[in-house]
Amino acid sequence: MAVAAITPDYTGERLDRMENFNGNQVVYLGWDHHLMFCAPVAFAVQPDTLFSKVLDELIPGAFSQHPEFDRVDWGAVQWHLNGEAFTPQADVALIDQGVDHKSILRFNTPGLDGIAGTGS
Amino acid sequence: MSKVYLALQDNEESHSIVEAVEEDNPNATVIYQPAMIRIENEGQLVINRETVEEKMGRDWEVQALHVNLITLGGNVDEDDDTLTLTWKD
Amino acid sequence: MSTRKLSLKDKYRILTRDLEWEYSYRDYREIFKQEAFEGIKITDWSKWEDPFRLTMDAYWKYQAEKEKKLYAIFDAFAQNNGQQNVTDARYVNAIKLFLTGVSPLEYQAYNGFAHVGRQFGGVGARVACQMQSLDELRHVQTQIHAMSHYNKFFDGFQDFTHMHDRVWYLSVPKSFFDDARSAGPFEFMVAIGFSFEYVLTNLLFVPFMSGAAYNGDMATVTFGFSAQSDEARHMTLGLEIIKFLLEQHPDNVPVVQRWINKWLWRGTRVLTLVAMMMDYMLPNKVMSWKESFEVYFEEAASALFKDLARYGIEMPRYAETAILEKEHVSHQAWSIFYNYTHAAAFHTWMPDDKEMDWLSEKYPDTFDKYYRARFEHWRELERAGERYYNPTLPMLCQTCQIPMGFTEMDNPTLTAYRQSVYQGERYNFCSDGCKDIFDHEPEKYVQAWLPVHQIFQGNCGGPDIEDVLGDYYRINLGVDNMDFHGSPDEARWNAWHNLQPAEDKLKQAS
Repeated sequence: MAVAAITPDYTGERLDRMENFNGNQVVYLGWDHHLMFCAPVAFAVQPDTLFSKVLDELIPGAFSQHPEFDRVDWGAVQWHLNGEAFTPQADVALIDQGVDHKSILRFNTPGLDGIAGTGS
Repeated sequence: MSKVYLALQDNEESHSIVEAVEEDNPNATVIYQPAMIRIENEGQLVINRETVEEKMGRDWEVQALHVNLITLGGNVDEDDDTLTLTWKD
Repeated sequence: MSTRKLSLKDKYRILTRDLEWEYSYRDYREIFKQEAFEGIKITDWSKWEDPFRLTMDAYWKYQAEKEKKLYAIFDAFAQNNGQQNVTDARYVNAIKLFLTGVSPLEYQAYNGFAHVGRQFGGVGARVACQMQSLDELRHVQTQIHAMSHYNKFFDGFQDFTHMHDRVWYLSVPKSFFDDARSAGPFEFMVAIGFSFEYVLTNLLFVPFMSGAAYNGDMATVTFGFSAQSDEARHMTLGLEIIKFLLEQHPDNVPVVQRWINKWLWRGTRVLTLVAMMMDYMLPNKVMSWKESFEVYFEEAASALFKDLARYGIEMPRYAETAILEKEHVSHQAWSIFYNYTHAAAFHTWMPDDKEMDWLSEKYPDTFDKYYRARFEHWRELERAGERYYNPTLPMLCQTCQIPMGFTEMDNPTLTAYRQSVYQGERYNFCSDGCKDIFDHEPEKYVQAWLPVHQIFQGNCGGPDIEDVLGDYYRINLGVDNMDFHGSPDEARWNAWHNLQPAEDKLKQAS
């Protein structure tokens, strides 16, 4: 039973199915241990967006106000996609490397521990 | 044993009720906080109509407690003469 | 001729038993259609007992007395320009959050109890629900009355019902109650009557209202305590329904346990809002969120669950996590609202030095270690004229709908991420509690109206975020939102309280 309901075999309307996003999909981005950004952020982007756009536009747009942002060594960044270790390919579309609707991309920047080393 | 508790608005009527509760529950602790008075006791608290009436100098119904009550914790039992709060463990 | 006065017990028995009748020409199941589908088994409704034995005549009598007292104070507050006597105009922002976020829940509770009161076969339960329904209606009315006075002098109060249905953070309390009201009648009673009323409303109405008193807000403390005097009765009803359900049939125990697990978790998430009100929005401090949580959750709930152990009921599953989180949630919530104050209908600000020191003292294990440097950095940015606002939209939890600002309790600077895949679609959560709730009833929560996703879908106006905030949410941009410093609220407050500059006085005198 997927819900306790008066109606037998009740199903709910999926409000966030991908068709509702006008050709976009939702992708979440989070910078580990940098909680000056109170929560991961959400973007609506086309599934064929190249990963390079995430690196060059979305991430700076969301996170460049952090004092450590300019010191990020992007070659050393560790990525996670939906909880699994992940190696992004800059010139490949998001959807073609498994970044699908409502996926979470996290990045960790070793050596950068947030404001005054507090994970902020 | 767990503590039962009662909190009342800090006003004149409550002062009489608190006085009565203190008299009838000698081990109870009374804590004054901004605008409220919290009374707690191990296991049980009893409010007796007679004692409250004596402190107020007039008739008082146990149900009138609701007018000044803020919160309570414990199993409630109420009749015409008493209100009792208990934890049974 | 002498008339004998009925005892409380007799009066209650006559009201709740003698008014019942046999259903002779209609099937019971047809009359009480919702009584069985949740898997709860009731064998004998006559075992239901209201320990206060409240009857309608006594109800009207004491409620009328409460109302008279309450309105006398509202009048006095208004006549004495009470709005000028609160500690600080920052405080009023807590009241804005209360009106937009909490008062509409009272209305939802009124609807909910009116509905479930019709669904129960037992007359005692029906009477109790009817009274509680009336109480809740009284609460929403008195709260609106009390806060209408502030609406004359401060921004952000004007469109609270409209905002409650639309604004991103208000979807948190709204969806909480929508969840309860769209459940069956017994789950609603366990959700609201027991979990919320018994275990959690104390945290809202007792320490916060005491704090309102300590900050000179006579109107709020009075409606708060007046409402809470009804809550004491509701709490007792909540405990009674639990005991009643557990005594009726052993098969009810696991169902009730799951509801308790679910609703205490849902409730603690909603109360995150109250946590930050306590720690950040009361200029004069009474007690910290952590201290309140210890008294009203840990101490009170452990007594309660010890008492319920005889039925086989255990401490709710996520209580341990909630207890660890008491060290963090107020700071995390304040960070969320500080990040997104440009999208809120109230102001935020950074604590001053004295307030930071109080937080360090009250949270010796967490505030300096995880939060102080962040706040000092934000304060420096503000001093440099670059007050930080987060330019993006946050990721939300599918269940509680709060931005994903909670962290792993064994690694408090790492965001807690949980995910489920249901029928090929990903769903994301802030916690094990929220994920388990979804996994148990996915067909319910796939319907969540997540404000950020709704904006992306184009259902909230636009195209720019400013259009969403101004036109769809009806926030007066530049007035209701943004930092307290520089707000019209602050300017008005200063105009009320600043003495005329000394130089001007001298000029006038000469």
